[in-house]
Order: sequence, then C-alpha cells, then structure tokens
Amino acid sequence: MVDRTGTPLVEMRDVSVSFGGIKAVDHVTVDLFPGEVVGLLGHNGAGKSTLIKCLSGAYKMDAGEIYIDGELVDIQNPRDARAQNIETIYQTLALADNLDAASNLFLGRELVTPLGFVNDAQMEAETRKIMGRLNSNFKKFKDPVKALSGGQRQSVAIARAVYFNARILIMDEPTAALGPQETQMVAELINQLKEQGIGIFLIEHDVHSVMDLCDRASVMKNGQLVGTVNVDEVTDEDILSMIILGKNPEAATA
Amino acid sequence: MADASASGASTGRKNILKTLEFDTRLLGMVGAFILVCIVFNILTDGRFLTPRNVFNLTIQTVSVAIMATGMVFVIVTRQIDLSVGSLLATCSAIMAMTQTQILPSMGIDYGSGLIAPVAIIVGLVSGGLIGAFHGWLVGYLTIPAFIVTLGGLLVWRNVAWYLTNGQTIGPLDDNFQLLGGIGGTMGETGSWIFGAIAVVAAAYAIWQARRARIAHEFPVKPIWAEFVLMALSAALILGFIATLNAYDVPSRVLARSFEARGEVMPEGFTQGYGIPFSVLLLIAVAVIMTLVARRTRLGRYIFATGGNPDAAELSGINTRMLTVKVFAIMGVLCALAGLVASARLSFHSNDIGTLDELRVIAAAVIGGTALAGGIGTIYGAILGALIMQSLQSGMAMVGVDAPFQNIVVGGVLVLAVLIDIIYRKRTGDA
Repeated sequence: MVDRTGTPLVEMRDVSVSFGGIKAVDHVTVDLFPGEVVGLLGHNGAGKSTLIKCLSGAYKMDAGEIYIDGELVDIQNPRDARAQNIETIYQTLALADNLDAASNLFLGRELVTPLGFVNDAQMEAETRKIMGRLNSNFKKFKDPVKALSGGQRQSVAIARAVYFNARILIMDEPTAALGPQETQMVAELINQLKEQGIGIFLIEHDVHSVMDLCDRASVMKNGQLVGTVNVDEVTDEDILSMIILGKNPEAATA
Repeated sequence: MADASASGASTGRKNILKTLEFDTRLLGMVGAFILVCIVFNILTDGRFLTPRNVFNLTIQTVSVAIMATGMVFVIVTRQIDLSVGSLLATCSAIMAMTQTQILPSMGIDYGSGLIAPVAIIVGLVSGGLIGAFHGWLVGYLTIPAFIVTLGGLLVWRNVAWYLTNGQTIGPLDDNFQLLGGIGGTMGETGSWIFGAIAVVAAAYAIWQARRARIAHEFPVKPIWAEFVLMALSAALILGFIATLNAYDVPSRVLARSFEARGEVMPEGFTQGYGIPFSVLLLIAVAVIMTLVARRTRLGRYIFATGGNPDAAELSGINTRMLTVKVFAIMGVLCALAGLVASARLSFHSNDIGTLDELRVIAAAVIGGTALAGGIGTIYGAILGALIMQSLQSGMAMVGVDAPFQNIVVGGVLVLAVLIDIIYRKRTGDA
C-alpha cells in the first residue's frame, strides 16, 4: 500500500483556469504521493487535461498553487516542469514526425560532444539500450518516427519520459492508440515505475484500467472536482456514477 | 518504408545505389542538372560546357545560393521570407555608402586596407539586426511571416533607395571587389592545393563516420562502397577545379599585370583563373550551414520545430527565440549575398537583388525543401540555385526571348514541386 502519511510529492491546490468566459478548471485540488498512481477521470471537456497541463507547463493557471515536496514552485513553461523532474506523455505523443527515435527521445536535452556538437551516435546507442528494456521488438532506429506504428511511437514517448529519471510522471491516455499486447506492456511499466517510487498522474477514460492500475481516482465534471476515492474501496459503478452524475459516494471519500 | 519493401524485388542497379546509401532525391536532382547541361551544350554547339561558361555560371549562382541556404532554415521552420531581395539591396546600399562616403568622411581614404573589412562588418551586422527584427515580429508578436516579410519587401527596397538617393554607388573598394567573382580568384596552384585539402577532408569525413558507427556496433556499408564514395567525391572536386583552372585569364589582362610590375610577359605564358573567392565563400557557407543543420542543437531544434511545433515547445524548446535566430541567420546571409552581388557588378545599383526572393525560394523548393516544414537540405538548395541559373543562362545563350525565359523558369518551379510530390507519395515519405 502507498504510504500517505508524509508530505505529498505533488499538491495542486485550488487551481483555476479559464478560457474566455468558460471555467475549464474550477478550484480543483489534487495530490499525489511517491509510488502512487492517481487516475484522473471525467468526460471529454471535464477539465482533466487542462488541469494536468498546468503541472506540465503547457498552460498557465489563473489561480492556485503547486507544491512539490511541500515547497511552492512556479511552473511557467515546459522547461520549468522538466527542471522539477516532471515528465509528460501527451495524448498526441508530442513527437517531431520528421526526426528519428533518438532525436525525439533527447529533444531539448541532446547529448553533445566536447565541441558542442550533437552526439548522434551516442544518443542512438542510449536509445537502443532503453528500448531494449521497454520494447525489445523496437528496431526502427534510423527511420523518422512517422514511419512507426502507434505502439512504437508510444514506446518512444514513454522512453523519453522514463530515460531522464522522472520523479513525477503524467500520462495522458497512454493506451488509447494501443493493441492489447502493448497495453499490457504499458501496465507492466506503470507497476515497475511505481516500485521505484515515482508518482504518476494517469488520465484515463476506461474505468477498468483505472481499477487495475490506480491507487486513487480523482473524478472531474464540468471543471470541478467531484471527489477523490480509494480505488479498492469502491466499485466501478461508483466511479461511473461519479463521472456521469457527478455524485460522490460519501462513504468512500479519501 | 515502401522503399525498403520494394528493394527486394528491384534491379541490381538500385541495390548498388542502396549499398552506397545515396539519397535518391539528390540523384534525381543531379540527373536533372546533368540533363539541362547536356541539352544546352548540344543546342549551343558545345558553348555551354566550356570552362569559361562554367566559370560564369558558378559566380552567377553564388549570391542566390548563399541566400537559399538560409531560406532552407526559414522554410523548414514553416516560415517564409519574401524580403530577401530587398534586404540584400539595403545591406548592399549600407556597405556601398560606408565605403564610399562614411569612411572617407571619417578620414579613412580610398585604398585603405580598413575600408573593405569595416564595410563588410557593418553590412553583416545590419543584415543580422534587420533579420532578427523580422524574427521578433514573427516569433514574439506572432505576426505571420508572410505579412512581415511582404512589408519588408517594400520597406527595405525603398530604404536602400533612400540611403543612396536612387543613385548607382561605385566604384567599390578594390579589396571589396575581390569577393565578386572574376575580380578575385585563387589561381591555379592555390586551387589545386585547396582541391587536395578538400579531397582529403572528404575522405576523412567518410572514414570518420564509418569509425563512429563501428565504435557503437552499428551496421556499416561494405568497405568497397566507402572507397567508391571517396573516389566519386575526389573525382567531382578535382574535375570542378580542373575546369575552373582551364579558363585562362585573357593574355591582354596578364600582359597588363606584368607591365604594372615593370616586367615583360614571357612568350606563350598562360594562367588559369582557378576558384573564385566568392565560390570559396559559398563553400564555407554551405559547410557551416550543413554543420549547423546536422550537428548542432540549433539545427536539431529548427527541424524539430518544423516537424511539429507543439512537440518542440513541449520539449522545452524556446520556439520564439528560435524564430528570431533563424531570421537573423537569413539576414546575415542576405548581407553576404549583397556583398558578392555588388562586388561582382563593382558598384551598388538601385535595382540590385530585384526578384531575388523568388529565385531564392524557388532554389530552396526545387532543392527539395518542403513548404510544409521539417524537410530540407543545404546542398539541395545550392543545387536548386545552380539548376535555376543554368536554365536561365542556357536559354539566354540559345537566344530564347526574355519573356519565354521567365515563363520556362516559372513552369519548371511548378513542375519540380509536382515531381517532388509524386516522389514522396511513391516512397511513402509524405
């Protein structure tokens, strides 16, 4: 079980984001402990992606605070998030299609030679190493990533998040484009990362994968937090009614 | 992808090309270039491929080719720059005014060794600043590059006019003119030495790439393939230099230079021009820009941003600053091109660089730069500039009427892009 007695790894406190007149995220508070997987659920447009993009630096919050290890941090852009060891796997994968796997993996953090030139050979070697661990079927190191299948592209996106020793990992529907075997691979990886003490925010549509993978689930509806529950204290019907009706099962609130 | 699956069933000739790891698109362009040369050579009864014409063709290409290398970066990042011809004119005007009016008024007289370097530095800095300003408008104020540089097209053309009152400014400084082409060449011996260095450098680069692959236990080409590549590059380099060296300086010019030194020219003395300094400058620009594109973070970010701007931003790349840098590079290259163009004419004229924006964009696009962004090569753009210039001067030699020349060039641009689209569909390299 996850130990939740100490300081949370991440705490997003009272976060609000508006686009024009619409409140996409309305005073939401969520937290995450080391070695924990917290699922973020809700309909399309419930605000879960917007909320999490404040943590990854893609959006700026209008109000609210983010604490990491109990300390207030200021995340203005993706560079700030990376500096806090926050890595994100976006739903769109955020890959540059015209570059190969190694260039994508190291994008923004290239390995360089002493002369300051990018060290492609070393980056490819490192990519081969980590791919051997994550997805040993991966062979297309020379091709631009647009030539890869959905699963292979996903492996590149995951490898990028894992390689740089993330402490906080954000996964936005990591299995949406994957077949059963690759979905299994992602599930195993999530469990592996948990054991290493990494905290994971998992945005998911599928209630069953949330029940399988997550320790807690935070449900959002219309920009507001419906509630956060311990997954093993509720049934999937409870979670579904939170998503659809916005009804909080009182007994199980964590 | 389709490429790899098709290769099993393809002919032996294609397999040789695959073993050598040639870029098939590059081969297509080289093929087109050779075809253009042969056709014009037949139509002109062999006058097209004389050393003299090859020499002229080369120095006429330099100015557009220099700018085309920068345009590759601009187009790869999904931007466009319509102002390069006007920016060239402004930089040329600034350099001309600096050397003919401003420096002499500060007490640095004609013929002073300071004039050329100071004028060139002033020009390059101006080009870089104006380019950076364009980049700032595009990147930080998010005005579309099309609009910023369309405005720039008008603004800088007329800034050049204002600076010079519309007058032709010249003659330019003698040292400055060395970079114009025929005004400054390396001579035969110097050219051969340069050629030898280039051959060794090419062979070393091929060998070094192979060693790096072996060190990381990656598959390598068969050793004979490497030697074929080295031999090919050596033949190309030395053939080019032999051609330029074969263009002899007219004997009257030689006799005059001997007279100037108070000597008498020996009977039967000849001397070739060799590599023009402007071509040397283009080679240097090409090498540096290729290094930037392939071996630096800046180049990696340029291509990543072109491939997927959102991914680049999310990877922590400052894409706004990147835009400023790309346009600043373009500005510096416009100044360099302005230097070569005005030095070749030996004066600054009010219409210098007119329509160059179209030639430069056409060169980059014919050279395989995709307007959708993310794809493009420096050598392709230079080859594209060479093909355009060959068409233009070939048609002039054949005696094609001026309107038809431009009609053909316009048609070729559209056709080249169509062929590129078909090629990409075939290879699945969309």
